[in-house]
Amino acid sequence: MKLSNRTKVMEQGEMTLAERMYLPAIVGGMATTLKHFFSKPVTIRYPEQQRYLGPIFRGHHILKKDSEGAERCTACGLCAVACPAEAISMVAEERKPGEEKLYREEKYAKVYEINMLRCIFCGLCEEACPKEAIFLRHDQMVPVFSSRDEVIYGKDKLVEHMDQRYLRDGWK
Amino acid sequence: MNLLTDIFLAKAAFIGAVFAITLGIAAYSTYFERKIAAFMQDRIGPDRAGPFGILQPLADAVKMFMKEDFIPANSNKWLFIAGPCLSMLTALMTSAVVPFGDTVTVGGVTFDLQGIDVNIGILWVFGIVSLGVYGILIGGWASNNKYSLLGAIRAASQNISYELAMGMAIIAILLFTGSLSTKAIVEGQQNGHWNIFYQPLGFLIFIICAFAECNRTPFDLPECETELIGGYHTEYSSMKLGFYLFAEYINMFISGAVMATLYFGGYDYPGIDFVTAQFGSTVAGFVGMGALIGKALIFVFIFMWVRWTLPRFRYDQLMGLGWSGLIPLSMYNVVVTAFGILIGKPFTAGIVGFLLLIGGMVVYDQLFVKKKIA
Repeated sequence: MKLSNRTKVMEQGEMTLAERMYLPAIVGGMATTLKHFFSKPVTIRYPEQQRYLGPIFRGHHILKKDSEGAERCTACGLCAVACPAEAISMVAEERKPGEEKLYREEKYAKVYEINMLRCIFCGLCEEACPKEAIFLRHDQMVPVFSSRDEVIYGKDKLVEHMDQRYLRDGWK
Repeated sequence: MNLLTDIFLAKAAFIGAVFAITLGIAAYSTYFERKIAAFMQDRIGPDRAGPFGILQPLADAVKMFMKEDFIPANSNKWLFIAGPCLSMLTALMTSAVVPFGDTVTVGGVTFDLQGIDVNIGILWVFGIVSLGVYGILIGGWASNNKYSLLGAIRAASQNISYELAMGMAIIAILLFTGSLSTKAIVEGQQNGHWNIFYQPLGFLIFIICAFAECNRTPFDLPECETELIGGYHTEYSSMKLGFYLFAEYINMFISGAVMATLYFGGYDYPGIDFVTAQFGSTVAGFVGMGALIGKALIFVFIFMWVRWTLPRFRYDQLMGLGWSGLIPLSMYNVVVTAFGILIGKPFTAGIVGFLLLIGGMVVYDQLFVKKKIA
């Protein structure tokens, strides 16, 4: 009794005449390559053409604003705690009277920094955030950097601009 | 005297043109090799240098020239340099006897579109092709490296083995023509009486041997990377390596031209009488030259097509195919052709001989070969 009863016994006898003459197999192989010669290439010319990576691709981080244009982040620090690479750091500040248009909650992040060398783009910060403030956008990647002082991204690079708001495909 | 000078100049111009065309086609063969490989693997291939990458051969040449020209310390320096030169020389010399076209008249001078019409044309091709292996052998030996030497030995034995079958295949052609002159062979095939219809088996043998002579896949054992690093050109770099690779592409084009000359009517093409009547024999001659080059390029495509389809032979399979497969077949072909000429029906004899061969093999297979148990 075999283990699975699915064993296939392969014949290793003499080759048939057609097999010994090589030529039928060669013609068959050449037909296959000719078929591929006329088929469409699958190459994507990367820098010019970019492939759609799906609605849940984890790319460049963004700090969302609400519909009135106030920052959603309240500097609770849950994202920094959740981050397995310890890439996020922030400094909290109390909202002054008159800043209600700028910050949604009474406390906000004065400094919010992500070290892009440490970040592993796992998306745990996005899951941890109770205020739906931080997201990893699906349509844009963090660009390649060439020196170490370009690595730390502050609020200037992270906060959403109201004239080009980020919308994920599922939110519409 | 004046006429002699004119003919000399016209010949010089023609030889220069053939030289330039051969080199140009060889250079662009490298580009098309990569493109065809890419298309057959569903890729795009080189497309960065110029539109569709057509400047790629230039970029490659610049790269080859800029690389360090290295000669190993323990090599035989002069032979090391002579190897690629000899390869290139023999590759370029073969085209001298290929008839590129019929007689044309330019500026009052009438001359043949052929380097030299010698009465031993085919023997010349064979002689030069045999010399071609010296380039590989000298290069491989002078490198003072075991891999190179192995590659060179393989090249030598492979070329000698396949030259025999190739020569036998040509003997059948010579039986038809009664002349060794390439011009006479082409003239015997005019108006669609191409030798391929009379010699299908001979052509099959010849094209297989041509693959082996050009060291192309599936017969590229002299330079197989997996076993011998780079074979005979392991130690070569810079333009010396470039010469070896270039000579291979020139050989491909020339062997395509020789196959077109021997089996596909040379510069003959359908409608040659119409073109001659409408535009005169000079235009017809140049169109014929285009036809021959076109046929040769089709063969170059087949060379590449096969390369990107088949894996290479094992060495004992290669020798088995050459000595116990192709040589008996080509002997059989010579006998059938001679019989056909004797009874005066070469076409029927060729077809019947081919069918008899297939039938004989089937019968032998049924009677004597052990069958798989179904």
